[in-house]
Amino acid sequence: MSAHDQAAIDAKPRLSRLEAAWVIARRDFIAVLFSRAFLFFLIGPLFPVLVGGLAGSIGGQVSRQAVTTEVGIAMSAADTAAMIETAGQLSPQLRGAIPALREVPEAAEPGFDAQEFMEARRGNYAAIVTGTLAAPELVGTERQVSRWQGPIELIAGTAMQDGPAKFPDASSQTVTASAASERSNRIRTAQAAQMVMFLLTMLLAGMVLSNLAEEKGNKIIEILAAAIPMDAVFMGKLFAMLGVSFVGIAVWGALGWGFWAIAEDAIVTVTQTNYRDLPGPAVGWPMFLTLAIIYFSMAYLLLGALFLTIGAMANSVREVQTMSMPVTMMQLMVFFLAAYTITQPGSALETFAVVFPLSSPFAMLARAAMEETLWIHALALAWQAVAVVVLVKGGSMLFRKRVMKSGGAGREKKPRRWGRAPQTLSPEPAE
Amino acid sequence: MDMAVETQIDAGNRPAWEAEFEDIVIAQPDPRPLAIEATGLVKSFDGTRAVDGVDLSVHEGAIYGVLGPNGAGKTTTLRMLLGIIDPDEGVRRVFGHDRPHDIGRLIGYLPEERGLYPAMKAIEAIAFMGALRGLPLEEGRKRGRELMERHDLGHAAERTIRQLSKGMAQTVQLLGTLVHRPRLVVLDEPFSGLDAINQGKLERMIRALAEEGVTVIFSTHVIHHAERLCEGVAIIAGGRVPYAGSVEAARDRIPAQVRLETRAREGGWTAALPEDTRREGDFFYFALPETGVEPLLRRLIEGEAGILSLSIERAGLHDAFVAIAGEAAARQLEADMQGAAK
Repeated sequence: MSAHDQAAIDAKPRLSRLEAAWVIARRDFIAVLFSRAFLFFLIGPLFPVLVGGLAGSIGGQVSRQAVTTEVGIAMSAADTAAMIETAGQLSPQLRGAIPALREVPEAAEPGFDAQEFMEARRGNYAAIVTGTLAAPELVGTERQVSRWQGPIELIAGTAMQDGPAKFPDASSQTVTASAASERSNRIRTAQAAQMVMFLLTMLLAGMVLSNLAEEKGNKIIEILAAAIPMDAVFMGKLFAMLGVSFVGIAVWGALGWGFWAIAEDAIVTVTQTNYRDLPGPAVGWPMFLTLAIIYFSMAYLLLGALFLTIGAMANSVREVQTMSMPVTMMQLMVFFLAAYTITQPGSALETFAVVFPLSSPFAMLARAAMEETLWIHALALAWQAVAVVVLVKGGSMLFRKRVMKSGGAGREKKPRRWGRAPQTLSPEPAE
Repeated sequence: MDMAVETQIDAGNRPAWEAEFEDIVIAQPDPRPLAIEATGLVKSFDGTRAVDGVDLSVHEGAIYGVLGPNGAGKTTTLRMLLGIIDPDEGVRRVFGHDRPHDIGRLIGYLPEERGLYPAMKAIEAIAFMGALRGLPLEEGRKRGRELMERHDLGHAAERTIRQLSKGMAQTVQLLGTLVHRPRLVVLDEPFSGLDAINQGKLERMIRALAEEGVTVIFSTHVIHHAERLCEGVAIIAGGRVPYAGSVEAARDRIPAQVRLETRAREGGWTAALPEDTRREGDFFYFALPETGVEPLLRRLIEGEAGILSLSIERAGLHDAFVAIAGEAAARQLEADMQGAAK
């Protein structure tokens, strides 16, 4: 180091807030990046996907086994055959509207009563059709009867006609978009973007929450608090974790991009979705992605500042774990608020979601998907930035006021009587 | 002393009243500027006053001790001086600045509760602590290596903190406190947890810092350290400072003690002993009379007391502490020291 540099160091009485935050951010970023926590952060997104997939698969299987849409036919042999044949003919046109019909073998038994059969919980039918084609009778619970009455009447009516029903061939002309489809597509884009952003902030929350508690556990917090302003410590920690999240996103993005480049056809075939035809957001993809990154940063900084403050109040990792549940619930509520208002742009609730700092990034991202106006984003970002500063300042003030209490890590002091006047000498004023 | 009076004395124009106080030695004001100046510091937590009107003045280049039992308000006072917490009332100035963070580069602080990142290498920990005070990382590493070599820790530079012994980690933290070459070093209970050898090393380090013109303030339970090192002390008890001044002046506030051993146990000579005399076994203890011991000796010899030994012991800082802070604080201090020893 040159004498000039040394002189510059000696002349500088303190670090600026930005420099101080940078010192903290640099250390935290490197420490987190080379820790096991980062590995968990990287594989974190796999867990919701895995759990979601498993839950969907198991749930689907359970519901397939538990719920049936088969309607039993307990009519004469000829009517039963006619009903089943007609249902087969109508099915291609009406798809899910037509139930699967199945002959009830027990109907051939003498004295068969459909009502008793159903109440005895025999078979696995949604409902049973008795009577004739001209006067079919549907036996089942009120809900099932109400659901299948119309289709059964249609099938029976069609079956009474001589020969199969004839349907005219309708020619078709397709359009790429309509007002209704565009709105629907944009809602899907907004929902997907909000969901991704929510998952990312959710993953970071735990790490931020425990960050200062660990620092207090390591007893290093007092060294930091003595050297630099507490808000610089908060800022440094927030930006370090933001940097870590960007590394995580970059890793996942690169992996996803690479996977797509190698196996685009396979992905499209397996998922039955052509991602190149994904519905475009109102502001266009480039602007939308840019805004998504900025809003993610803002959402993270806002929630992070709040979590950092809450975490700072905790004295141990166990306390942090106790706090995790209400914090997660709060995150969910903010997300639900923003998600619920997607379809109500301009409503009082949506305006509240836009203005309330914690839900604002989510709500504004949805707006980017739904509306083309850009200036409102500049306004929202400025507002969110102010909220970040206020939260960081407030959090650091609270930390200094409530946490840095005394040598005994904030223990409560009891009134003492040591200050009484000495017995042998009268106290002198301090120098 | 106000400036007007001082000027008159310097000019040799002795005021008339001074003739009446010729035997009084007028202390010369310390010419060194103040490193720390605190007036009326008050801090309450949850309605309890942890610090209740503390005044402190520490000159640049001094070694200054803050003495008191646990919970007396030492740490809170130091934290206020450093700007970690703000006082509810009162003013603190460090090198003339109201906000100590504004001159963070000039201050080094070792908190009572030692802490370092366990996964960090020792040399990186020192460099990081320097960086917090504005020292570039590279320079911090360079200086850190030099400091570690000088303190026989060069071999541990690349070890992580969790691989170091407690004493080594403590030394690393102390080096981190000094790496940016501060002008004021504040050490909160720096001797706690150190063995006798390392305590000796730390004492030498503190003296060396003071010789370089660095102001050192430390709090301690162990009064002997303060007695050996400090030129000034503040005794804190119950959040107040019943005494702040030089160690010498503190000791002078208690008269020297006379210990007398005689062959005879009783006799008319006992009437010559001062009223506050107490007897413990074969010894008599009493405060040194204002007239000195010569008249007393004469009467003891005349009374055939048979003097076996007589010694005059000057009061130690511990005695001064007991007298100033009160018995309760002294008992608490003893308990703290015993607890720390265990």
